[in-house]
Amino acid sequence: MKLITKKLNTMAVKKFVTGNFYDEALLFPAVKKVRRAGYKIHDVYTPFPIHGLDKEMGLRDTSLHTEGFIYGITGTATAVGFITWALTIDWRLNFGGKPFFSLPAWIPITFELTVLFASVGMVLTFCYLCQLAPFVRKDHFNLKSTDDTFVMALECTDKTNEAEALSYLTSLGATEVQVQYKETEWWLGRYDKDTKRFEKKAEAAVH
Amino acid sequence: MSLLRYESQVRPPLVEGEKNYHQVTEDICRPVETRPTKAWWIGFIISVAFLAFGILSVTVEVIYGTGQWNLNKTVGWGWDITNFVWWIGIGHAGTLISAILLLFRQGWRTGVNRAAEAMTIFAVICAGQFPIWHMGRVWNAFFVLPYPNTRGPLWVNFNSPLLWDVFAISTYFTVSLLFWYSGLLPDLATLRDRAKKKWRKVFYGAAAFGWTGSTKHWQRHEALSLVLAGLSTPLVLSVHTIVSFDFATSVVPGWHTTIFPPYFVAGAIFSGFAMVQTLLVVTRKVLGLEEYITIEHIDVMNKVIVLTGSIVGIAYLTELFMAWYSVVPYENFAFFQNRLNLNSPYGWSYWIMMGCNVLSPQIFWIKKMRRSLELTFFMSVLINIGMWFERFVIIVTSVYRDYLPSAWSTYYRPTIWEVGFYLGTFGLFFTCYFLFSKFFPVIALAEIKHILKKNGAAYKKKMDELEHESVDEFGQKHGHDHGA
Repeated sequence: MKLITKKLNTMAVKKFVTGNFYDEALLFPAVKKVRRAGYKIHDVYTPFPIHGLDKEMGLRDTSLHTEGFIYGITGTATAVGFITWALTIDWRLNFGGKPFFSLPAWIPITFELTVLFASVGMVLTFCYLCQLAPFVRKDHFNLKSTDDTFVMALECTDKTNEAEALSYLTSLGATEVQVQYKETEWWLGRYDKDTKRFEKKAEAAVH
Repeated sequence: MSLLRYESQVRPPLVEGEKNYHQVTEDICRPVETRPTKAWWIGFIISVAFLAFGILSVTVEVIYGTGQWNLNKTVGWGWDITNFVWWIGIGHAGTLISAILLLFRQGWRTGVNRAAEAMTIFAVICAGQFPIWHMGRVWNAFFVLPYPNTRGPLWVNFNSPLLWDVFAISTYFTVSLLFWYSGLLPDLATLRDRAKKKWRKVFYGAAAFGWTGSTKHWQRHEALSLVLAGLSTPLVLSVHTIVSFDFATSVVPGWHTTIFPPYFVAGAIFSGFAMVQTLLVVTRKVLGLEEYITIEHIDVMNKVIVLTGSIVGIAYLTELFMAWYSVVPYENFAFFQNRLNLNSPYGWSYWIMMGCNVLSPQIFWIKKMRRSLELTFFMSVLINIGMWFERFVIIVTSVYRDYLPSAWSTYYRPTIWEVGFYLGTFGLFFTCYFLFSKFFPVIALAEIKHILKKNGAAYKKKMDELEHESVDEFGQKHGHDHGA
């Protein structure tokens, strides 16, 4: 409950200028030019991964690989450490006179736990980084962005001239350009309801 | 444009018809968003009936004990472990397609991977049932886990292949499930954003975890898929290797061979692809997805079948050769008396195995045969019958005649409850598959869109002009224009 209250307090609605693209060929140069013109790209929403777009947007590479490696070696260490302790210290069992510390026979379980720790850890980290979980509700700029539309959202700051941003996006090939107020944080909610419990508060913050 | 990577015109398109992104969404979401057909209901009800009979069979076994099965003095593993190995083998194709073919950059996997991964998960669930219920006192099944207990604590034997199996299969199930579901998230988001009905918005809204399609999220998603593929590749090989260790580390003639791991893995891929064919030949027809799961896909998978079938064939012959060459009388007896000899009690099962797995798939060397749907379907069923008999041959013919002729078992034949349990897992498998094909997109939407401009029929045409360019011209034009 405390977490949810804290969550609600940090939520903030921001103002964005959005435009839709229907062709990657227009999207790439548009991203480049928009950045050069000094606008702040909030995000680009696409229906499928577009290779190179992250670089074009200036996003740094993900650290997920490194984290996966750390989880993996944790699994390896857990398996070797635990089996060694169980079979050589805690309860020694004589299997046909074989050594208590029989590492080759532990390779299969060590391998499996390495893979298990790495996979589960990475998926959980992925969900945490992207803030994904069941019943998580987010504000979407355009529902078509999971179908066939690439949606670019520029964040408006105090200095941003909206009219200029709108016409600039149009000149780069964007269609249906508009100004949208959107919540950038997630909340727990259902997708059949648009109401946000903090709606009033958020509106007050904007005006 | 940097996205148009050059691909030869010789390669046929992977998506037929003049599709754009929106049409792809429409085509693949249609079966999920329309009411189920009559054929779906009939299939579903039959599956549930089989499942119900399976539940009855297992209930009888739990109440009265494993004595309800015809396992006897020497045949302690019969249909149950045969079925276990068979199902787990089938459960190998999905991860092979989605992981190994991802690493090899095989574009055709996108059409079939989602359904194959789902099939993998259901097959592993079915496989897991057999060792669990075979325990007899199933309420003590948790004894296989290494938990602190009041018996010492006396730990499980970490040197035992049977325990390796516990770890291998539970890891395989978990990783396959995570791989499958993380891939599904964007597609579930598509269904959520298209939803009109309330329950759909609620259901897919919860199931899609709040996926937005943000570029940063896609970047992480790609990294995750690639690393999971890299982890799953050795994992899928390890799982059947460990299953084969159950046999190979024993000293039973016919089991005690070093060839088992590669032989089992090849067999697993072989039967797994056959099951993928069985399902997809029907699915593409019933759901009208012929433009996405093309004859080309069927053809490629049949090539994998003829390759792995031949590897399995070589393994069978190697076993026979080693039985002869080793001059071990017990090995010799197991292979030449218990198996190869058609007049021995189970000789017939060996020849069914040989016929279905080694001889019949050779027909797929002929292109026309590979591209025939009827034949593919027939062969896929035949191969899985053959692969069931392979496991039956390995298990039963190795143990029904012991070292002591006085201990030789009577002819082992299953009871109705043993058969019922097996049929029940078919019910479980197909019930899950029917539900999956109704509520989830059977083709990976985002992945198809990702390859559409490279491999789609509509975009292949545009490649024509590139095809006629010289290499130098192509390089000049497209070599240094990243993003331009």
